[in-house]
Amino acid sequence: MEQIKLYLLNALNKGRRLDGRNTLDYRDPVKVEYGVTKTAEGSAKVTIGDTVVIAGVKLEIGKPYPDTPNQGSIMVGAELVPLASPEFEQGPPSIDAVELARVVDRGIRESKAIDFEALCIEKGEKAWVVIIDLVPLNDDGNLFDASALAAMAAVKNTRFPAVTEDGIDYKSKTDEGLKLNECPISVTVHKVGEYFIVDPTREEARICDARLTIAIMESGELCALQKGGEKPLSQGDVSRMIDIAIDKASMLRGVLENGN
Amino acid sequence: MSYKQRHDGRKPDELRKIEAKVGVIKNADGSAFFKIGNTEAYAAVYGPRDLFPKFLQSPARGILRCNYNMMPFSGSGERVRPGQNRRAKEISMVTEKALMPLLDLDEYPRSVVDVFIELPQTEAGSRCAGICAAAMALADAGLTMKDMVSAVSVGRVDDAIIVDLDYFEEAYEDGPVADIPIAVMNRSKELTLLQMDGQIPKEMLIKAIEMGKAACDKIYAVQKKALQEKYFDEGA
Repeated sequence: MEQIKLYLLNALNKGRRLDGRNTLDYRDPVKVEYGVTKTAEGSAKVTIGDTVVIAGVKLEIGKPYPDTPNQGSIMVGAELVPLASPEFEQGPPSIDAVELARVVDRGIRESKAIDFEALCIEKGEKAWVVIIDLVPLNDDGNLFDASALAAMAAVKNTRFPAVTEDGIDYKSKTDEGLKLNECPISVTVHKVGEYFIVDPTREEARICDARLTIAIMESGELCALQKGGEKPLSQGDVSRMIDIAIDKASMLRGVLENGN
Repeated sequence: MSYKQRHDGRKPDELRKIEAKVGVIKNADGSAFFKIGNTEAYAAVYGPRDLFPKFLQSPARGILRCNYNMMPFSGSGERVRPGQNRRAKEISMVTEKALMPLLDLDEYPRSVVDVFIELPQTEAGSRCAGICAAAMALADAGLTMKDMVSAVSVGRVDDAIIVDLDYFEEAYEDGPVADIPIAVMNRSKELTLLQMDGQIPKEMLIKAIEMGKAACDKIYAVQKKALQEKYFDEGA
């Protein structure tokens, strides 16, 4: 076994992490800043320890899908730009970027956080498309939780641009926000050996055996899951991980609500 | 009609508000943030590090590689599609040329110095902001610097010669416009970036460059202060 993993397991045996945190502590700070870029219709920057992610929302008008003529839609993209980590490379989205975007998308979509029908402008013809883009500025692990939090914060921060006969006037924003029905929060719980930890650093994440990202609604119900990592999880593991996630989600929800 | 009064009230040689900070990206070997008006640029330097694939390596000298990228939500209109378009490719290339004279690449055989520039929001002058941030990031990375570089756009709007054009001025329609991004090395005063869109007589161009050099001196002062703040005031 890798030396660093032995160290970590040894520390976890005493209920501690390599950086002195308890197993189920998030790093300090966990911070949400709203409206960090003026060119986006909505934006937010989330900081968790040394991990920093910016999320930006652009609104466009498109044709609704034929099977949902009275609904708008969302799209989530993630760019793991090489500025943010020596491990990220230039080029088309890596599988990590694709997974990140899809997991964030699922949490928002399945919780029905955004009212898709309220995005319809003209049935079958015109509807708003909400495009959420995630860009990490620095990756020190736990991009999943940071990105999901940033995405929801940016969505909450979004204001519609004015629409004129010539189309969208991006330079003038209205006071109207997206119609929101839910606020999903994602928590990723990692398993290493027999232990569970949250909010791993990049180093810790690398040596974890398995992870489970759990998106949780205001009611406590779950709205998306994604297992990752090479090792399997037992049913007991899953049950324990969900309990941890529900507990941690309320802390993150508080940060989201109290951000500035 | 002539462009007598700048629409935002600035004097002809007046820059938009500038902010600069060094050491903003923890993972990077060097990094910086540079903001001018509503245009913001982050730059991160990784390296010198091994260059792969190996056939790109030069046994004689290191390679400088720059990449300029607008975040998808950083444009004033529709979403910018991710991935390098032709514009971003060209800007990356001229950024490389603008920064290369600062370094002694002979010091880093077989290696690469990577510079990544990301823009969260833009409103004209983004390549110049990127170069200003990148130059600070190179210094922050501890690389031997032969000089420092500062960049700004200069130009003419109708009969006025001005520095640091914004969107309104770039898009001015009641008279001829020339938009000329330049980068000036602080010590030698030589130009390492020079491009132009528009129309301008030679005399006006020379005057514009003169004005740009003076503006770059002001930008340099801000860059220098940001570097000093990290290295001399830390823990003080």
